[in-house]
Amino acid sequence: MAGNEEYAIEMLNITKRFPGIIANDNVTVQLKKGEIHALLGENGAGKSTLMSVLFGLYQAEEGTIKKDGKVVKINNPNDANDLGIGMVHQHFKLVQCFTVLDNIILGDETTKHGILQKEESRRKVLELSDKYGLKVDPDAKIEDITVGMQQRTEILKMLYRDNEILIFDEPTAVLTPAEIDELMEIMRNLAKEGKSILFISHKLAEIMSVADRCTVLRRGKYIGTVNIADTDQNELSRMMVGRDVQLVATKEDKVPGETILHVENMTVPSKLHHNNAVKNVSFDVRSGEIVCIAGIDGNGQTELVYGLSGLENCTSGKITLCGRDITHASIRERSTHGMSHIPEDRHKHGLVMDYSLAYNLVLQRYFEPEFSTKAGFLKKNSIMNYANKLIEQYDIRSGQGAPTIARSMSGGNQQKAIIAREIDKNPDLLIAVQPTRGLDVGAIEYIHKQLIAQRDAGHAVLLVSLELEEVMSISDRILVMYEGELVGEFDPKKTTPEELGLYMAGAKRKEIGA
Amino acid sequence: MSGQNSSNQSDSFLSKPAVQSILAALLCIVIGLLIGYIALLIISPKGATEAIITILKNYFTYPTKAAAMKYLGNTLVKAAPLLMCALSIQFCYQAGLFNIGAAGQYVAGAGASLFCALALKLPWFVCLLAALIAGGLFGVIVGLLKSYLNVNEVISGIMLNWIGLYTVNMLLSGVKETASPYTVSVASTNEAALLPSLGMEKLFSNNKYVTIAIPLAILVAILLKVVLSMTVFGYEIKATGIAKDAAKYSGMKEKRNVIITLFIGGALAGIGAAFLFLSGYEQWSVTQSSVPSMGFNGIAATFLGGLDPIGTIFASYFIQHITSGGSYLDKNIYPSQISDFISAIIIYLCGFVLFFKLYLNGYLRKRAERAKERGISKKEEGGNF
Repeated sequence: MAGNEEYAIEMLNITKRFPGIIANDNVTVQLKKGEIHALLGENGAGKSTLMSVLFGLYQAEEGTIKKDGKVVKINNPNDANDLGIGMVHQHFKLVQCFTVLDNIILGDETTKHGILQKEESRRKVLELSDKYGLKVDPDAKIEDITVGMQQRTEILKMLYRDNEILIFDEPTAVLTPAEIDELMEIMRNLAKEGKSILFISHKLAEIMSVADRCTVLRRGKYIGTVNIADTDQNELSRMMVGRDVQLVATKEDKVPGETILHVENMTVPSKLHHNNAVKNVSFDVRSGEIVCIAGIDGNGQTELVYGLSGLENCTSGKITLCGRDITHASIRERSTHGMSHIPEDRHKHGLVMDYSLAYNLVLQRYFEPEFSTKAGFLKKNSIMNYANKLIEQYDIRSGQGAPTIARSMSGGNQQKAIIAREIDKNPDLLIAVQPTRGLDVGAIEYIHKQLIAQRDAGHAVLLVSLELEEVMSISDRILVMYEGELVGEFDPKKTTPEELGLYMAGAKRKEIGA
Repeated sequence: MSGQNSSNQSDSFLSKPAVQSILAALLCIVIGLLIGYIALLIISPKGATEAIITILKNYFTYPTKAAAMKYLGNTLVKAAPLLMCALSIQFCYQAGLFNIGAAGQYVAGAGASLFCALALKLPWFVCLLAALIAGGLFGVIVGLLKSYLNVNEVISGIMLNWIGLYTVNMLLSGVKETASPYTVSVASTNEAALLPSLGMEKLFSNNKYVTIAIPLAILVAILLKVVLSMTVFGYEIKATGIAKDAAKYSGMKEKRNVIITLFIGGALAGIGAAFLFLSGYEQWSVTQSSVPSMGFNGIAATFLGGLDPIGTIFASYFIQHITSGGSYLDKNIYPSQISDFISAIIIYLCGFVLFFKLYLNGYLRKRAERAKERGISKKEEGGNF
């Protein structure tokens, strides 16, 4: 029995079913004390479900959970909390209108005669924030801070509760390269202090650099557990996807054609502060090229795209698409005249989550004669046929096909649906904002191939990405954005991530010859 | 084998959302009536059983078929405006708007139709159109405030309810009877303003209040069902309601849609008022100091109807049925508001509909799994042999 105590948490033979799908099929994960254990799998492989079971958000139909060798029952997150299990969710669970400090202490407040004692909590939070280098402003409201700081708030929430077992669900998806390095360091320190970490990820490089062991899931099934020291990226990706994967996108050289998008001195106001989020930006995107806007999260990329797509009004400047002035055109007009937009936030903008997959696939086209009659009735048969065509062509997987409610689909397949919809419009210009955010290797490979196919077909592609690896591997031209301005233009073949990093951090800048 | 098939059939029947909504509504009604019965028992145990039966019987209290039909007519006359108010709230709800202002839009419709009928002596269809426009405009005010100033539609709706009430009281003071606070009767002042009955009164023992309002209200419900589920406009309205940002992203004019939705919602409630007052069944009291409850009862009907236009037809009828039934109670013992009480309980329980569906689905899934496992084990046994 003593041998079992080497494990902090054991999940043995867990099975969890949802209507039409087995999310976890006899899965076993054993987390040793003080280790960083990676949980690797494609989207929909059942990683998040498994963690939700551990966290008491779902109840498994079969299997047992052991803590320190003893069987425990976790019925809700409070039970998990009592056992010292903490989790940073992929989609943050923060109260938007509360401050950072309020969010951290929420549910674990220090009170005296029923009155909040925030000073003590503040001291503890600042201490932790200092100790682990988790920079936060305790008095800033969540709705006003960047995604990166929101995540640091989530991590502090766990540390504040003195949790022993820390679960990180896709923690690096939203961080910059430097921030990722910091996070890795933080995780190593935490493990050194005896905390046990479950690290859910699909980024092989990160797993290789930080984890001790790795458990791989594929389509809800347990594939195996390996020691990181005895394996390499290729083996891990084979285990995860079930076949060999091309880790770096390949594309042929191509000479760009005529200018598709021309932006002149564009300025977009910010919602967060009184300054402009995008300041006097000018650039071109030509047919047959992928132009990438690189930069750290929150430097105006979001607003730049809002300005281009019409979600936000520009206060000055001029946007020309295929020779047409679209500066004051409506969103619909831009969309029907050659612009497609894969939005940053697929849940908020990209999909009507409670509509069926079929209805979502015609979200940009439902008003066209192909899908509606002159009298204003929807042609349901045409919509279904079109949806089935896209589902097959783009391999969108879901529980019940076209009638599946979008909310019940996995993140990767939701993104595939959006990409299918936007690409099938055959746009002159495709704007893709963090199209691979939070997706697994297989889906990323697929999306990169689609973007390159668009380029090869002679369309213009504008990619906004926070991940340098992606920027370096698929773009033809890189523009770096810093504090709302374009501070450098690079040829990916003649630059390095280190050089880009300097510009992204604002340490260097140069004039752009547009 | 056949036994298993039939159980599967009943399971798939039970898992249909429409069936579940109906079952849940029926369950709410039964529990509501039970609690109402308990309330009656507390007030006076002696006549409680008789009282609850009276409420449920409503017009069936009358021994002759002719009399029963006549009073069925009365219930229907009041159910039609209730249905219109319920549809108003429901239509707006689909676009993510809680149109509590339906009560005020109803008042505006009443004021406009009666003013046109009594002061301007216009024919019925003009009065109906006036009610539509007045109700619609009240809705548009809420919509404009919501779209351009981000004012919550509940707040502006409630305030407009009161503005509407006192404006209409003033407006109709000029056409009231000298000896009473009530407006002069439509029948005696301007017969042309009465809604036509197309001979339907004969079906209801010459109940002269039965008019085209009743079939029209049902027709509107069916029309709404079609609009919401089959048209481009319905697609946009619902998308705006459940995902405002996604609707904007796809280029829908979400501000315009909010305003149009509230115009239609207001128009529906306004027409509802005209349906009642142009039948001559009721007269407006210019001294009333509370907003007529018709608009608020509409909330009840729409939720009991499972937020479905067709379901709402039946829910509106049922709520009016027990409300009318309540008026037959012995007023010396029981307050006639007991019907309102029962419908209030039922509405309260409507929140329970969701819980019920969840429970039923969980139960069905477990059963399906068990059946599957049994199927598998049977197969395995078969393989062994």
